[in-house]
Amino acid sequence: MSSHDKLHTISVLVENKPGVLTRVAGLFSARGFNIDSLAVGTTEAPDTSRMTIVVNVETKTLEQVTKQLNKLINVIKILEHEPGSAVERELMLVKVRSDGEARQRIMEIASVFRVNVVDVTHNTLTLEATGKPEKLEALLELLEDFGIVELSRTGRIALSRGDRGIKERVLRPARAAGAEG
Amino acid sequence: MTERYSGARTLLKALEHEGVEVIFGIPGGASMPIYDPLVDESSIRHVLCRHEQGAGHAAEGYAWATGKPGVCMATSGPGGTNLVTPIADAKMDSVPIVAITGQVPTPVVGNDAFQEADITGITMPITKHNFLVKDPDDIVETVREAFHIATTGRPGPVLIDLPKDVLINETTWRWPDRVKMPGYKPTTKGNQRQIVEAVKMILAAERPVLYVGGGVIKADASKELHDLATTGQLPVVTTLMARGAFPDSHDLCFGMPGMHGNYTAVTAMQKADLLVALGARFDDRVTGKLAAFAPHAKIVHVDIDPAEIGKNRAADVPIVGDCRDVIGKMAAEIATRQEERGVPNRDAWLGQLREWRERYPYRYDQQSGGPLKPQYAVERLRALADDDTILVAGVGQHQMYASQHWRFEKPRQWINSGGLGTMGFAVPAAMGAKVGRPDARVVAIDGDGCFQMTAQELATSTTENIPFVTAILNNGYLGMVRQWQELFFDQRYSGVYLDPDVPDYVKLAEAYGAVGLKVESADEVDAAIEKAYSITDRSVVIDFRVDPSEGVFPMVPAGASNDDIILGPESVQPTSDPAEAPIA
Repeated sequence: MSSHDKLHTISVLVENKPGVLTRVAGLFSARGFNIDSLAVGTTEAPDTSRMTIVVNVETKTLEQVTKQLNKLINVIKILEHEPGSAVERELMLVKVRSDGEARQRIMEIASVFRVNVVDVTHNTLTLEATGKPEKLEALLELLEDFGIVELSRTGRIALSRGDRGIKERVLRPARAAGAEG
Repeated sequence: MTERYSGARTLLKALEHEGVEVIFGIPGGASMPIYDPLVDESSIRHVLCRHEQGAGHAAEGYAWATGKPGVCMATSGPGGTNLVTPIADAKMDSVPIVAITGQVPTPVVGNDAFQEADITGITMPITKHNFLVKDPDDIVETVREAFHIATTGRPGPVLIDLPKDVLINETTWRWPDRVKMPGYKPTTKGNQRQIVEAVKMILAAERPVLYVGGGVIKADASKELHDLATTGQLPVVTTLMARGAFPDSHDLCFGMPGMHGNYTAVTAMQKADLLVALGARFDDRVTGKLAAFAPHAKIVHVDIDPAEIGKNRAADVPIVGDCRDVIGKMAAEIATRQEERGVPNRDAWLGQLREWRERYPYRYDQQSGGPLKPQYAVERLRALADDDTILVAGVGQHQMYASQHWRFEKPRQWINSGGLGTMGFAVPAAMGAKVGRPDARVVAIDGDGCFQMTAQELATSTTENIPFVTAILNNGYLGMVRQWQELFFDQRYSGVYLDPDVPDYVKLAEAYGAVGLKVESADEVDAAIEKAYSITDRSVVIDFRVDPSEGVFPMVPAGASNDDIILGPESVQPTSDPAEAPIA
């Protein structure tokens, strides 16, 4: 089994209270579960936050992860995203060395990948890329040849496809109708 | 009319509304505001302990003995950190306690103030949940939620941290009629389809065993268990956490499984074709080497905590729910089905188990005139006690002797530190049990190593008039470690000798205002116990000088298969290769 098969994306709806992130992160370290990425933000409801966690575990362990998370009092709901059943996105800022001829080639790559150039210096270009994790990986692989000065990623966020929200209530039609590619 | 009180008085009023009668605690700077209304504005009794660890274990003992939540209280910083061990203990053994700690005032929280420790951060992984209250208006909701969390679902410890200004400032009294916790809804009712599935499996099984854990006691499900076992003619084993859930004297009771369990209980599980785990968690002390545990058995697993199901052993029929509800429904379903088809014939299996029980009892050899055997002391302590006596133990050899040689007939008569293995548990837990059940005799069987960790609570026992008997099985060693060094480290004893004469336990008992008795031979045992049991106005400490070379058997070495159970010292194969020695 490749390490990629062990990556699972889960969405965790939590009460928006102090210390919740610590409880979740502490649970992962105490029980020896590996976090690949973790992104937290507000939701449509002011009293809840949503965490998207990519865990690096076998499927059997994933069950323990979700069961243990469910035991945290502030965790309201957990959703495991089956591959392909969710829209998964990540935002990345990457500063690439771009001396001489490299600059033009990087601009071409940026154009092909439809990413924005957000900062330019004599020696570097900073790109803002958003998309599926696979796309960002492919982009990074190409940029590595030029020399990456620094890199920052938000971690993955995800919403399941279809018209239901994590709480299993139908979203407002205006929002649900917005098809996502 | 709106009543306004300080946060401290509001806290006490809220505790009274939760039915709290007693708090075990020690005051300090940050928690002092709570102590002022305790003088004349609250019905709650405060038992002043001598160490916060003692206060925490006392709250646990109270909860074990009564089924009600125990409450302990400490000040900020070291007061709170001294509660860490009992809180971790309560987490492992699912004991409902609420720990209340003072905290430095909110303006200086995070400022490294005097006696500041981030106790909610420290106790996050060892509490079921914890709270830092930042506004006196939040006190009542927090107390309600804390008690609800501690006592429902899988019980456990909850900590409430209260900064000093939150305790001093005023708030308007009101009592919320319900708690609002969107993320906390324990499943208590078992799924009927799964229950029917389980019952079909039980009726089809040739060699079933009811593997009964502490959840049965927590759920007060002994009556339902009795119905299930007798209706279905199902053999029962009770884990260390479940001793007393089913009467030891019952023909269907085959003892305690695990590392130091009896041959019949251990082997019954190994040979079983169906294990019905009831509020048990397939702990490593029970399963031994997991891959070799109960290799022929299908598994029905009933637990209120879904995370325990499938954690160590996959379940063929998982049932999430409260043991009382599920076991009651299982018993009813079995009765209905057996009315149509009769009780399955299990004579061969039960006959085999009875034969093993006859052939392989716990054994020891008390020679007349020979050194006093610890097991003999335990047997006599039991023989001279009534069935309502509550037995408390610490951790180690004495704990195993107590569990093996005491005859338990009822639930909540056995209190010990199972999961965490906390030395020093017995004396304060016995004190807490006595506060909760003042009419019952409470006996602590303790080791000399354990006793010295928390003996100062004998002072509390005397000043607060909470009498109980402590029987020290004094072998002058950290006996369980010594036993392992004897068996697995080539008798190279290291860091285990304590000296049975230091301290002088009789003088120590007397110094604390208790009665001290010393027993050096088997023929002195009964007289000392009778004297100890006749004293009801003071605590008694009996110093039993027991044979240090005695070991706990049977034994399944750590990491070994339960098939390789060692019945006695004569069957131990000494290992010369340290790499082969069992660990932990």
